[in-house]
Amino acid sequence: MTDLATFRAQTRAWLEDNCPPAMRTRMPEEEQVAGGLRAEYVRPEQKIWLDRMAEKGWTAPTWPKKYGGGGLGNDEAMILEEEMQDLGCRTPLRGMGLSMLGPVLLEYGTEEQRQTHIPKIVKGEIRWCQGYSEPSAGSDLASLSTRAVLQGEHFLVNGHKIWTSNAHLSDWIFCLVRTDPTVKKHDGISFLLIDMVDPGVRPRPIKLISGKSVFCETFFENVQVPASHLVGQLNKGWTIAKRLLEHERKGIGGIGNRQAAKFELPPEAVAKAYAGEDNGRIAEPALRDSIAKYSMDAHAFQLTRRRAAEEAEAGTPPGPMSAMFKYYATELNKTRYEMLLAAEGFQGLGWEGDGFTDDEIRITREWLRSKANTIEGGTSEVQLNIIAKRVLALPD
Amino acid sequence: MTLVLSSETQMVRDTALEFFRERSPVIELRKLRDSNDPDGFSRALWRTMAELGWTGFLVSEEHGGTGFGVSGLAQVMEAAGRSLTASPLLSTALLGASLIDMAGTSEQKDNHLPALVAGDRIFALALEETSRHAPTRIATTATATASGYTLNGQKCFVLDGHIADVLIVVARTSGGRDDRQGISLFLVPGDAAGVSRTRTIMVDSRNAALVKLDNVQVGKDSVLGPVGQGADILETVLDRARACLAAEMLGSAAEAFERTVQYLKDRKQFGVAIGSFQALKHRAAQMFCEVEVTRSAVIAACSALDDNANDAAALSSLAKAKASDTLYLCGNEGVQMHGGIGMTDEHEIGFFMKRARVAQATFGDATFHRDRYAALLGY
Repeated sequence: MTDLATFRAQTRAWLEDNCPPAMRTRMPEEEQVAGGLRAEYVRPEQKIWLDRMAEKGWTAPTWPKKYGGGGLGNDEAMILEEEMQDLGCRTPLRGMGLSMLGPVLLEYGTEEQRQTHIPKIVKGEIRWCQGYSEPSAGSDLASLSTRAVLQGEHFLVNGHKIWTSNAHLSDWIFCLVRTDPTVKKHDGISFLLIDMVDPGVRPRPIKLISGKSVFCETFFENVQVPASHLVGQLNKGWTIAKRLLEHERKGIGGIGNRQAAKFELPPEAVAKAYAGEDNGRIAEPALRDSIAKYSMDAHAFQLTRRRAAEEAEAGTPPGPMSAMFKYYATELNKTRYEMLLAAEGFQGLGWEGDGFTDDEIRITREWLRSKANTIEGGTSEVQLNIIAKRVLALPD
Repeated sequence: MTLVLSSETQMVRDTALEFFRERSPVIELRKLRDSNDPDGFSRALWRTMAELGWTGFLVSEEHGGTGFGVSGLAQVMEAAGRSLTASPLLSTALLGASLIDMAGTSEQKDNHLPALVAGDRIFALALEETSRHAPTRIATTATATASGYTLNGQKCFVLDGHIADVLIVVARTSGGRDDRQGISLFLVPGDAAGVSRTRTIMVDSRNAALVKLDNVQVGKDSVLGPVGQGADILETVLDRARACLAAEMLGSAAEAFERTVQYLKDRKQFGVAIGSFQALKHRAAQMFCEVEVTRSAVIAACSALDDNANDAAALSSLAKAKASDTLYLCGNEGVQMHGGIGMTDEHEIGFFMKRARVAQATFGDATFHRDRYAALLGY
């Protein structure tokens, strides 16, 4: 056997031995594990699974071992992901520490910052949230105005962030702050790590169209932040900010590759169940054609992700394709929910209460949640601007 | 299945891109059209293509082939698509070569394949009979006689039909209109008694013909493949044609797209390049996405066909459907974004949109392939 084949066999055996059966079931949104000081577990297996995976560093498979990561190569990490998907293993830990902050600290953080924060991210001990957008700085993120003034050993932070995901459940927040208001907007931004235990940090949940409150606005009032919590250089935060956005978009672009996919009916099966069958075909020809169009786009996109991975593996420098992933994946995910609702007909229209199954209500709520996909982490329009500028070199 | 080109395939790609760029720019198609060229393609160019070995990519080595497979030929067709080159690649190097190599007797192979590989013999598949692609909707009859068969019927949209030395005629030896059973293939000389061919002048300036079969007598040795079982072999070969045509369409789409992006940078209005307008930038970026996604589907389909993979049929439909939608998009957006100049015959962008419409309809448009894909996946 090749080394990779051995790794695959060993990984599979380990997963079979160590992933509790309850963690090989569809993961309802409320059972996603995000960790943190205030983490609550619906079932004990969630914690067991998290601890076992964290012990091996497999919550962050490619991060260096010296910070608690798995130390795997990209090819090994892909094998781990494939075997987990195949067995239906839940992702043991998710969050912005893993998907965004960790990679940025590994690249830009001081050794002390890495030692302090990364092992806790890997183990799920600290939950992080993102302080980027502000009420007046959305797509034009660089116009942000939350102020941080250096006073001796501390920054004094005042301002107002919005769309801070799950800030009310988080322990720390990574923030973009304005440290020099006198220069061009991109040149006066810094990247700060802020402990939310400070009473001057006040998160307030925002109720969304789905009825849920995954986003907050967060107020900062005279918050003192040690100067050592600055990542990178003073006023050089925009470079780090953009790098982190790349990681965020990569994460969102991976949508549809989720564990849940194994347990969820695809739109064509839902359509057969609700609209009926005619000789094994979805009985409504127009619905069938729409679903086939969606499925084929999704199939071709999945092949594109795979092609990019194979090219990376073969050592080809990352092509311009990666720029499209966030845009394409999120548009597809919205279409997927439109197809599911179209397939369910009246049963896709329930909000709560009698007359609808839990799954029907869930899909409807997820349909509403999916609308944020093309807004968060840079809107589709911003992504298209990025492609036009960086890939097509169209003028400003 | 692999989605990264092998080094051999990459070499074919580089050679082909250079060849068509140097030897056959779009102006060559214009010349063929404007001179009412009786062949509709350049025989000299075709001979050079044969010398490069492209006619033998789908022919086994014992008959002079080189075995670069569907993935190899797709690279050539993609490069040809960039310059809208009219040639018998599809009719002869793909359809003729595949059908004879896969279904022919050793006599048929010995007779036809060396001449095909040498570029000396042109083939055409006489399949369609109705207003759209319908590979089992065959009314042309083949009636058994003492010495062979008598063919009667009418074929349309026969690519390269008027110049073909040999027609591969799809006819019914039994069964009703849409039955898969009872379809047979026949090798018929283009100048056989009872065959009348009318060249049809198409919107894309490429070759097609109406073919009438009026009591055409053929011998038993003209049957290609098992009698009555032609639908299976035809389906396999049509999938190759769909995947490679999708590759050609990908090349045309990428070229139209790149020319349009260049125009957006060059054309000034209101004192600035029109490519600075967001209304155009976003649409250009969307075209970029569609071209890349289509490329993945095309590579996957060709790779699956070379591997005889189980999902080769579904992937061929995926590739043809995506390529149809994407070339439609890039052709139409190309004309729109070029504005007034895009409407002129003098400018080349219109050629891409015209080619798009014909290529879309060839061997199934996007609607046909969505239906087929859904059926193959069990819904």
